[in-house]
Amino acid sequence: MTAPGLVKVALEVNGASYEREIEARKTLADFLREDLGFTGVNLGCEHGVCGACSVLMNGAVVRSCIMLGVQAEGCAVTTIEGLAQGENLHPVQQAFLAHHALQCGFCTPGMILAAVDLLARCPQPTETQIREAMSGNLCMCTGYVNIVRAVSAAAEALRSGRKP
Amino acid sequence: MKPAPFLYYRASSLEDAVGLLNGPAANGKVLAGGQSLVPLLNLRLARPEALIDLNAIPNLSYIRLEAGEIVIGALTRHREIEFSTLLAEKLPILVEAVRQIGHPAIRNRGTLGGSVAHADPAAELPCVLTALDATIVAVGSGGERTIPANDFFVGHFATVLGDGEILKEVRIPLAESLAGWSFLEFARRHGDFALAEASVVLYAGHPGHRSARVVTGGTVERPLRLSTVEKFAVEEMPLPIDQDSFAQTLKRAEELAKMEIRSSDAARSDSEYDCHLSGVLVGRALKQAIERGSNP
Repeated sequence: MTAPGLVKVALEVNGASYEREIEARKTLADFLREDLGFTGVNLGCEHGVCGACSVLMNGAVVRSCIMLGVQAEGCAVTTIEGLAQGENLHPVQQAFLAHHALQCGFCTPGMILAAVDLLARCPQPTETQIREAMSGNLCMCTGYVNIVRAVSAAAEALRSGRKP
Repeated sequence: MKPAPFLYYRASSLEDAVGLLNGPAANGKVLAGGQSLVPLLNLRLARPEALIDLNAIPNLSYIRLEAGEIVIGALTRHREIEFSTLLAEKLPILVEAVRQIGHPAIRNRGTLGGSVAHADPAAELPCVLTALDATIVAVGSGGERTIPANDFFVGHFATVLGDGEILKEVRIPLAESLAGWSFLEFARRHGDFALAEASVVLYAGHPGHRSARVVTGGTVERPLRLSTVEKFAVEEMPLPIDQDSFAQTLKRAEELAKMEIRSSDAARSDSEYDCHLSGVLVGRALKQAIERGSNP
């Protein structure tokens, strides 16, 4: 039980441990951006419609703008910053680059994390499954054709170990 | 900061949560998956004095088979229902309905209890649970009580849940005589709130169906059982299907559905479009349920 004021949160982000005291009303998105510096968490609609702020929580894609920071207590969060290994892009990132699946890039972190969630449980998705899995992420510039191609290529790359 | 300030309580057990709701957090809201409540907080459409977070409560998330009933804990995420092998086998209609809730990110967080207690007229679970004759188990300071889904939803975002009560689990009877089912919805885009929904469950009898439960949602304030369509399905739609007259019979069922929705006090508008959409969906769901039952 916690009185007004600050609540202690301990969590892991991209493999590193953090402990902070935050206001209970702070969303996970604002906590990640403002307190921990993960500005790859992009904020679009801020009420759970656009998907730009998607992160992985214990491996499952969630919208960080409609979760409270204090609810990440004890959780392992992955943001877009946590996917690449040094200079080596994650296969999904590589595929987005190779297939021109982004233009302004604002929706891209959420798109990529939604794709990572899909491919973790469905390594060989059909186009319909890809479209369904990505349907919660809105893109206002490219249209979705290259995004679907990129996710498909990433699936293939993850299965074969070759570059997308 | 988007939400207005509130006191935050992290409940350690359901008893703890009920105690808080009947004590220091009496004017509070219960936070489960937060997929409806947190957007309302962000927009400041909801400004509760306190939040009681259920997410740290152990043993409130489960899907079990108990004495002929499927029992699902309030904190069970939609995703767990979607991928449950037990439910895929025993209650595919529930899996089908849950797959149509929002998007993967929503289903990863959203919970059965949250959706049922929130009672959005456009939500999938109230409609399908009413069709399945489910029972809602609520806990308050006086103990537990069970409420049939058909009596639980009373209006637009309104249930019979008391101020000091929390939803604990949902129990769904498994009928051996289940002989066909369907859950259909119509939304403008994939994952959007449904404009209309229809849920049909048929029970076997001879020569046709012993009973039917036909429920519509979305265009009505609460899940609405269509008793004229249920009666029609039992009395006027014998099995095996007569292919020559099937389309015409379905058309009559559709017209009955439209009439009943139009005259219901649960109708949200007198819009001809809403009525038409619901009627067409009821007809399609009835067709799918009968065909599924005929070709198991």
